[in-house]
Amino acid sequence: MPALDRLEKLKILADAAKYDASCSSSGSTTRDSRGGKGVGSSEGMGICHSYAPDGRCISLLKVLMTNYCMFDCRFCVNRISSNVQRARFTPDELATLTIDFYKRNYIEGLFLSSGIIRSPDYTMEQLVETARILRHREDFRGYIHLKTIPDADPDLLREAGILADRVSINVELPTRAGLAQFAPEKDEKRIRAAMATTRAQIDGWKEERRTIRSAPIFAPAGQSTQMILGADGASDAQVLRSSADLYGSYRLKRVYYSAFSPIPDASKDLPLQRPPLMREHRVYQADWLWRFYGFGLDDLDMAMEGGMLPLDIDPKLSWALRRRDLFPVNVNRAAKEQLLRIPGLGETSVRKILSARRHARLRLDDIGKLCRNLRKIRPFIETSDWRPTNLLDRAGLRADLAPKPQQLALAL
Amino acid sequence: MRIARLDSETDFEGWRGHARALLCDGVPPEGVTWQVGAAQDSLFAILDAPAPPRDPAYRPRVSKRFLADAKLALCHRDATRFDLLYRLIHRLQDTPDLLSNALDDDVIRLNAMIKAVSRDRHKMRAFVRFRAVKGVADTFVAWFEPEHRIVEENAPFFVRRFANMNWSILTPERSAHYNRAALHFGPGTSQAEAPDGDALEDLWRAYYGAIFNPARLKVKAMSAEMPKKYWKNLPEADLIAPLIADAQKAEAGMVAAAPTSPKHLADYAFAEPTLRPGDTLAALRREAAGCALCDHACHATQTVFGEGPLDARLMVVGEQPGDREDIEGRPFIGPAGALFEAALAEAGLSRDDLYLTNAVKHFRFTPKGKTRLHQSPKIGHIDQCRWWLKAERTLIKPRVTLAMGATAIRALAGRAIPVGEARDTGFDCFDGRAGLATLHPASILRQADETVAATMRETLVADLKRARMMAMQDQSLSGQNTPSPDRPHWNHALQPSS
Repeated sequence: MPALDRLEKLKILADAAKYDASCSSSGSTTRDSRGGKGVGSSEGMGICHSYAPDGRCISLLKVLMTNYCMFDCRFCVNRISSNVQRARFTPDELATLTIDFYKRNYIEGLFLSSGIIRSPDYTMEQLVETARILRHREDFRGYIHLKTIPDADPDLLREAGILADRVSINVELPTRAGLAQFAPEKDEKRIRAAMATTRAQIDGWKEERRTIRSAPIFAPAGQSTQMILGADGASDAQVLRSSADLYGSYRLKRVYYSAFSPIPDASKDLPLQRPPLMREHRVYQADWLWRFYGFGLDDLDMAMEGGMLPLDIDPKLSWALRRRDLFPVNVNRAAKEQLLRIPGLGETSVRKILSARRHARLRLDDIGKLCRNLRKIRPFIETSDWRPTNLLDRAGLRADLAPKPQQLALAL
Repeated sequence: MRIARLDSETDFEGWRGHARALLCDGVPPEGVTWQVGAAQDSLFAILDAPAPPRDPAYRPRVSKRFLADAKLALCHRDATRFDLLYRLIHRLQDTPDLLSNALDDDVIRLNAMIKAVSRDRHKMRAFVRFRAVKGVADTFVAWFEPEHRIVEENAPFFVRRFANMNWSILTPERSAHYNRAALHFGPGTSQAEAPDGDALEDLWRAYYGAIFNPARLKVKAMSAEMPKKYWKNLPEADLIAPLIADAQKAEAGMVAAAPTSPKHLADYAFAEPTLRPGDTLAALRREAAGCALCDHACHATQTVFGEGPLDARLMVVGEQPGDREDIEGRPFIGPAGALFEAALAEAGLSRDDLYLTNAVKHFRFTPKGKTRLHQSPKIGHIDQCRWWLKAERTLIKPRVTLAMGATAIRALAGRAIPVGEARDTGFDCFDGRAGLATLHPASILRQADETVAATMRETLVADLKRARMMAMQDQSLSGQNTPSPDRPHWNHALQPSS
């Protein structure tokens, strides 16, 4: 077989990496290329350099080192039993490609993962070597996200954390049983142990930095993970409980959710159907409620029916319809925490309401100016000129507020 | 009517100087006309340069934030921005917190302008595409068409990012040039002056096509973030239409394709604990690592097993691991562990002198945001996890056992005894050995009253001393450590099963 050229390898190894939803390049240290030899900067907010027609941001060069893999995870296009074409980059090729792309302003940096070849240590060493070349030889100051391989040598994991902005390891499936069934070589306990090690290292450098300013920074953009939705039978309740555990235990920056989508050469163990994109969207919304809106596990349970979030309305509205006893909320008097619980009000609108009400008592029209969808908010609020007298008690309120079924949008 | 003349469309310093002078002169917002560029004939007095203020003592005041906002808003293409900004700065003199009123029409307009300019600035950082200049090393040129006048405002970003590259960004109205040392600006150019291609663009397009997942077509989401107006200068944009056209076909193909059978299936079962005669502590620890007997095992990171010498005479039992213990896999290393270790030292003991373990080996918690709230184990958990405690005790055979807190007492005694009572009278462990009780170090940490906490701490130290004395005394009294015959035997479960 003739050797693959750079373009062919890139096609194969980017195709193999696209099922990883994460592409964030935010939240790292502030730095730039002035005073150095190379290129690259990071200023807190990441940049999406392009968008694919799947609506996903393209911020990083997201590729696998290789798509050869010893594992046989059913949901994965790169599993050992899959018949896809295989390819492999060398660390040097990858570093050069990253710099070539970066200099043309295509990307913020590199997101490198890999199939497991030979051994965890060998695979991890290849990933770390790529980051070493970028940071040391090229003096690259852009963003690097490395996948960590469970059971790799702790020294290698430590070096990965020092070279990279973010490290991650995917739990893939929310329950241990799911993992056992579909990813027999992956062990939930070992994945969590790896996350615990990373958290301990991040805690460690933060502690060290208080006394030694020059202590090396460890993964300043934190760690993240990904869960696949709809491959196993896990309910939304199980998914969200699992996320809550991960956020709390390992202080993850993000849990990404990826609706299981059909892959080329799919395993017959898995549902061959269109990816549950709406479910993915609702789970993300619930994740947001958990992280930014003060919702607890009880509240999320309240938003679900039989362990699943409704698809036709958002989780906050679903929760509010069941907790009508907490409404209406007076927008002129309520605390921030209460305002954040009003369906249809986001963090930005709440911030605006809080500052605007210092100037005048708010009327319904004013709320209309400060938020997007007054119709949805109206039944849940009280203003100086509005009370939702009977509206809130109506049995048909849910039907009123759920969006009307629409014809599917046609492609371009 | 006063006329204020600015050097350019984005002349912020000029605008600021005029605004200062106009405010000093008490000129109302409707009394000024703003002009950009060379003076035009006019019936009105032309204010080319700011006039000296009439009242030298008067200092117009404005926040730093407004100046930053104004600088951005000035990049907006809206011709009325100078008037709006002057009206705002005029009103700010009497209403300093005006900007926080999101319902004020002027503030709404200002915020909309800032948002539009910031977005355009961000999109320029995203969508500028450099092309290498052929034959010149590390030299790149980009052609870009921003919506607002942001080239000067945005160029320093590209300097920070590409400090060691020669580059130019050309736009219809303004161009920015950087030569690894200095940044300078020139007039606008035409697209023809930029290179018409770059060899890397084929790779970039290949990447763009490969990273796209045809099973998740979301064209609206893409177009919202990457509006069509930018497409003409993006090398990858040519691919959008064909990728969409092929997407449904590709997805349907994958769904319809016959799935392949997995090549092998691995068995997976949760291990039931089995202790065989001759098992060592290390073997027990290994086995415990896989324990999933109770429902909270699956939420914790790992089993936190006991640690200490096999011939320890004193065993100290706590409640359950906490957050740090769960992360690092060792008992008593968090805040309560630090207090415990200090108390040990005061009692003349060190961790090496004793076997230290917990009644329950997994951390039980409720997640809350990015933290975990400790939850006490339930009786069922204590009873289930006693299996491991029994196994540990069978191997260690401690002469004295100190239970810290109610959970440890419950685990060792097999029944609930109030801590005070157990402390006063001691209790019999399930295997017949003597049990002493004391407070749990964490309860001392939770005590808000410092005097009470100090007393509790003294109690803990005193109890540790007592346990140490008893352990040593016990050894001097009897060299053997068989339980006295009149006490019940609880360790049948560990006998080899027949």
